[in-house]
Amino acid sequence: MLANYGYKDGSGDYFITIDTDKCNGCEKCVEACPQTVYEMGEDDSDPLREDPVARVTGEQRKKLKYTCAPCKPYLNSLSGEKTEETMKEIEKLPCVSACELKAITHSW
Amino acid sequence: MAEEEKKEYWRWLESRWTSPDIDWKKGKVISAGVDVGSVSTQAVIMVDGQLYAFANMRTGSDSPNSAQNAFNRALEDTNGLTEKDVHYCVGTGYGRVNVPMAQKAITEIACHARGANFMYGPTVRTVLDMGGQDCKAIRIDEKGKVESFLMNDKCAAGTGRGMEVFSDLLTISINDVGQMSMEVEEEPEPVSSTCVIFAKTEATGLLRAGWPKNKVLAAYCRAMAGRVNELLQRVGVVKDFAITGGIAKNIGVVSRVEKLLDMKALPPKYDTQLAGAVGAALFAKGLYEKIKK
Repeated sequence: MLANYGYKDGSGDYFITIDTDKCNGCEKCVEACPQTVYEMGEDDSDPLREDPVARVTGEQRKKLKYTCAPCKPYLNSLSGEKTEETMKEIEKLPCVSACELKAITHSW
Repeated sequence: MAEEEKKEYWRWLESRWTSPDIDWKKGKVISAGVDVGSVSTQAVIMVDGQLYAFANMRTGSDSPNSAQNAFNRALEDTNGLTEKDVHYCVGTGYGRVNVPMAQKAITEIACHARGANFMYGPTVRTVLDMGGQDCKAIRIDEKGKVESFLMNDKCAAGTGRGMEVFSDLLTISINDVGQMSMEVEEEPEPVSSTCVIFAKTEATGLLRAGWPKNKVLAAYCRAMAGRVNELLQRVGVVKDFAITGGIAKNIGVVSRVEKLLDMKALPPKYDTQLAGAVGAALFAKGLYEKIKK
């Protein structure tokens, strides 16, 4: 299941997508993120699943543009389109690179 | 001095219903779902996975009581069914932690997906829930399991609350808003869709510029449709498509979303606001059967 956390505002799309089918609950993203964006918790979409999965904390969901800015200072200034270069930079982000199962993606 | 009459145009009608064909005494599992939303509260009672009774009420400011009120209302006129006869109850929605009779709270995303699957049939793949205070786009599989979801709860644009603000501004009853917005000769440019306050400011300006009410409404409905269309594009729209929540009763928004997607929404068989509570009641049945084993 793809869980899209984030929002769209006048300046663009700010979404972190977590593929909960891939997530095995290793908590590496929680440790890697310098801004404590991630937490482990119940799978919102599947209440019968017992293992915890990674998710974006409720507090951060509405301000990802600002919370994530320190990790991607120049990505924010790029125009909406995702170029190959942007994709490479996204892969280097602490949370994205920490996830061995490639369950985390960023939209900007 | 005469007392000025204060009319509340946003007030929508509460409702309740009992199925005449089901005798709960013959049922094996009686499950209940209570969806305490930001604006409305629904309680649903199911007998062996069939819809038996429901109540749909306004939440107000007291969430534990509104859950109880809606639950009691659903139990009225049900041939002596009481709270004790209900085997399992699940709470969902914004106020899900404040449902006193619920044994478990489940997030609204899962419940809406499951509820839409029951209400619109297994062919539904894309569900758009337009609630009182948020807007959810959910993609589901044939069993009602969530494949992808996205929720906008950052602002009131594209939600029922936004529509209430407009019905109050234009002094038109919330039930007539959709129909009125259809009575325009030409579709106007949409107003701002990033913020309800900005949209209201813009609409006030348009009214002062001499626009008729229905044209302003059309501009707002169009803005709302555009807003939710963006959400839908992110999760990806797959046929069949269904709209749940209070706004699904607003023909002005529904028809404009359909036009943007170039796809017809499935016609509702039940009250569209029930989806969350129906899903919760179905989960309650599943959970009860799990602990029984």
